[in-house]
Amino acid sequence: MPFLKFRYQPKNELEEGGRSAEPVPQEESEPEQTCPNCHKSIPISALRANMNVCSCGHHFRMSARQRIAMTADEGSFCELDGSLRSSDPLMFSGYQEKLRASEQSTGENEGVVCGECRIDGNPCCIFVMEPGFMMGSMGSVVGEKITRLFEHALERRLPVIGCTVSGGARMQEGLLSLMQMAKTSAAVKRHGDAGLLYIVLLTDPTTGGVTASFAMEGDIILAEPNATVGFAGARVIEQTTRKHLPKGFQRAEFLLEHGFVDAIVPRSEQRAALSLLLSIHSEGGVI
Amino acid sequence: MSVTAYERVKSARGSRRPTGISYIRGIFTDFFELHGDRAFADDGAIVGGVARLEGRPVTVIAIEKGRGTKDRMRRNFGAPNPEGYRKALRLMKQAEKFRRPVVCFIDTSGAYCGIGAEERGQGAAIAENLMQMSALNTPIISVLVGEGGSGGALALAVADRVWMLENAVYSVISPEGCASILWKDSTKAEEAAENLKLTASDALALGVIERMIPEDDIGEPQFYERLRALLSSELDALAGESDLVRKRYERFRRIGVPNQNKEAE
Ligand SMILES: [Zn+2]
Repeated sequence: MPFLKFRYQPKNELEEGGRSAEPVPQEESEPEQTCPNCHKSIPISALRANMNVCSCGHHFRMSARQRIAMTADEGSFCELDGSLRSSDPLMFSGYQEKLRASEQSTGENEGVVCGECRIDGNPCCIFVMEPGFMMGSMGSVVGEKITRLFEHALERRLPVIGCTVSGGARMQEGLLSLMQMAKTSAAVKRHGDAGLLYIVLLTDPTTGGVTASFAMEGDIILAEPNATVGFAGARVIEQTTRKHLPKGFQRAEFLLEHGFVDAIVPRSEQRAALSLLLSIHSEGGVI
Repeated sequence: MSVTAYERVKSARGSRRPTGISYIRGIFTDFFELHGDRAFADDGAIVGGVARLEGRPVTVIAIEKGRGTKDRMRRNFGAPNPEGYRKALRLMKQAEKFRRPVVCFIDTSGAYCGIGAEERGQGAAIAENLMQMSALNTPIISVLVGEGGSGGALALAVADRVWMLENAVYSVISPEGCASILWKDSTKAEEAAENLKLTASDALALGVIERMIPEDDIGEPQFYERLRALLSSELDALAGESDLVRKRYERFRRIGVPNQNKEAE
């Protein structure tokens, strides 16, 4: 473990505390996470320092703020509509409690963080969904924030980068959630019709109404290795068809094979890929 | 008055209700069916083509659940595959080109959940319809006549006017699915149905639809006559509207806008 710590230290911005000459004594109880792929236990700090990727290559989920810190140029992120919070428009039983619990566990007001930033100097708008907030599900506020971001990007003539992670439309807002699929899609369309770029990064898991709307509407669609991406849940498909699902079903590699993803990009290469794609599109065509 | 939400769900699923093709036959003349998505297959769950509505050329598209076991199998019980949505989009683009309006009839428990459907991009197909319909430069009216199952129904309902029959339902998830996910108990479907606000009067109150159509005489000749008259006069009104695409954008834009007080907090 000290070895890992030494190895990953240079990149660790998130670790708290100052530097000292003496190695900081590790608490016995530093929380660890077990990799579902190689089954190794990894201290959280080591995982953080390596962009939440295990040495075996498994990509753990990450919070929206972590992802923004990893993707945007330092200090360049400027949040938009951060104070928007969900009401309980249908008075759905138990919804208020779930909202409050998600707010407390994530420190976020809703399931997506939006803003403007620079990536390697390239200005863009970015939205990143928050897996810890009711599994990134899309209710009215998530739909509204993403719609506003595309409208803002259209006004400022900026490209949009969208990182998706979502269980789909949020049941507790019923039809209002469903309508967000149409609302966001219309905003994506307007932005695109103005000749502006939209890049999607699909992360694990992206499903349901989000897959059936803005997650699949990018000019360029990237995915993290092994991310689950699909419309219907695997269990529902098994129940409906009474068939065993093929190996790797609905994984990023499966989507690549079937032609629905442009490229699979590991986390360590994402910034460079986004930077390249943004800069290629910023120069304007020659015709 | 005393009809519960779940009773409406059961009514919407009822096998005696007219299915998609009945509406095409009952309301339009000169229907000529057009098949296929020009890429993979012809999906039996979606029927579409050209027709006349009181003389005016229209494109009409309907989700068809089928009648009788054999036909139902062929129609996949009204659960479209990606090629069905792509066929619908092809016909809508054709309607735009030839400047005729589009009328859709929706009745589906949802887009099909299958291995092939995922391989061929069910999510991508629905998403494409949502985007393209939002900017289609011709009037669109969608009528939910039975089940309005989530994204699979919405993929034909990004319209200028969305109407529902009195006993149709429109929902983000089936009440059974909702109950089993939220409460791990699919027998709580009744409670879920109440919570989901999925009836036509709920949808009207939420501003998701413009009109609820009474259906006491469902399936009778006068029922179809009534629908024909409603569609005809609405298409007349839409034909005279300017900025159709902008208004359609705003129609969806204003749904689920959080109130400003909350924002100020
Ligand atoms: Zn591992």
